[in-house]
Amino acid sequence: MHDGGRARGAEVSVAQRARPGLPRVPALTVLAYHLTGYRRTWRSGVFSSFLLPTLTVLGFGFGVGGYVDQGVDGVPYLEWIVPGLLASTALQVAVAESTFPVFANFHWTRTYTAQSAAPLRAGDIVAGHLAFVLFRAVTASAVFLLVTTLFGAVASAWAVLTLPVVALLCLAVAASTFGYAAAVSSDSWLAMLFRFAVVPMTLFAGVFFPVESLPDGLRHLAYLTPLWHAVDLCRAATLGVPPHWSVAGHLLYLAALAVGGAVLAVRLFRRRLVV
Amino acid sequence: MKRFGDFSAVAGIDVAVLPGEAFGFLGPNGAGKSSTMRMIGCISPPSGGELRILGMDPVRDGPAIRARLGVCPQLDNLDPDLTVRENLTTYARYFGVPRRTARERAAELLDFVQLTERADSKVEPLSGGMKRRLTIARALVNEPDIVLLDEPTTGLDPQARHLVWERLFRLKQQGVTLVLTTHYMDEAEQLCDRLVVMDGGRIVAEGSPRALIEQHSTREVVELRFAADSQEAFAEKLDGLGERIEVLPDRILLYVADGDVALAQVEARGLTPAAVLVRRSSLEDVFLHLTGRTLVD
Repeated sequence: MHDGGRARGAEVSVAQRARPGLPRVPALTVLAYHLTGYRRTWRSGVFSSFLLPTLTVLGFGFGVGGYVDQGVDGVPYLEWIVPGLLASTALQVAVAESTFPVFANFHWTRTYTAQSAAPLRAGDIVAGHLAFVLFRAVTASAVFLLVTTLFGAVASAWAVLTLPVVALLCLAVAASTFGYAAAVSSDSWLAMLFRFAVVPMTLFAGVFFPVESLPDGLRHLAYLTPLWHAVDLCRAATLGVPPHWSVAGHLLYLAALAVGGAVLAVRLFRRRLVV
Repeated sequence: MKRFGDFSAVAGIDVAVLPGEAFGFLGPNGAGKSSTMRMIGCISPPSGGELRILGMDPVRDGPAIRARLGVCPQLDNLDPDLTVRENLTTYARYFGVPRRTARERAAELLDFVQLTERADSKVEPLSGGMKRRLTIARALVNEPDIVLLDEPTTGLDPQARHLVWERLFRLKQQGVTLVLTTHYMDEAEQLCDRLVVMDGGRIVAEGSPRALIEQHSTREVVELRFAADSQEAFAEKLDGLGERIEVLPDRILLYVADGDVALAQVEARGLTPAAVLVRRSSLEDVFLHLTGRTLVD
């Protein structure tokens, strides 16, 4: 905005042209690009993002919940499972948006190549796209939270705190997935990530049943997953009870994964873009 | 210099492109043209030697240099899901062009490349020529000092090629420095003030199109066609005519100063070719002479 008026009015030769100042935060222009594309496609996704939580309430709450008479830890099964599904929704969106779209930008549409010919650095390209993934995951989670609240499946007003938690979960997962998608050479590796990471995590990280009911070894594996840390925090928030682990510990663990993943992603992006 | 492991894509070249000039890198596939362009585009650090762009160091000042470059890559990398206009406006933002200026500039550039009518159409259904023109327009959103064009008209039909050439020529008139690669000789003759011919990562010739023809070929070429499979036999009878004789499976090329004189001499030897063509020497003759007729791929 700072040089808008300078060059106007007078004809300027190539040599005297006003230089546009580079964008103050280049990553924001990358985010703006992704949002421009999303503006054309979001309508098709909106219906399903409302549908999923509705089906969840009907299926798990009234269906499965009917068989779990005493609930879990004295909480009705629907209320117990909603925060878990909320976090796993954020996980699904985060991974889905960081696998094929990232791979495509390297190999199919070559969007990243186009961006790296502009004055953007690998870090700007990663940060801008990651910010978009964050936006997707948080809005999807917010819709989930809204619908389940309308069904009366959320007990505590602390539930709003689930949104910053799923945001952190999204970064913890998406950053390293960016790196993974930048490193692999074929898209079949991306499907493997769902099969061997996302699905097991969703099944065993405390979304559908407490990790305490897992055998010892598996339980400790569950503690390593970013999803469990987010689920424990989200459940504490929506039920208004203290989490099983320290809040600071959970947050630090997720933040460490996010920072480590981001460093890795930038490095792997640079390796692929600068050759 | 650019090495990939043991392989030297660009073994060592020494060129200086002047401001406002149209400079071409010619060469067969694998000659090192694209690697050179990527180094100039500051997305590929040289493995050795010295490279300065606009007086700056591509490794240290990459973003500052790229802010003043326009890049039209060999493979289009437009966003297929955005509209024609959005492809320009989103890209302009990367260069810090304010939103409103970006919209105005997009409109001007779409006019410049004759895509105004398609401004709100998606990129996907555009023809190859339209995509290329849009890529060129996108390379101009930051009003660059230097435009890098890697094979700008490869794969286009003749109408589309001529339109692209005409637009590039107008850019040159505006004082924009053009650096392009091509293996179309007519393109190089049309656009380049100066060019280098590369082969195997090295420069094998350098100069203006005219000077290269004078230096590496004769003024005219006589193409003679005799009955099939008899070219070799006739070639012996042409011995001594012209500066150089090249025998191809389907015709014989005589490199001579004056085509009509040479043709009279051919007829004086009692030879009657089935078909004759006297033409001026072209950059293509130079190119084939310097880089050989063998297929590279």
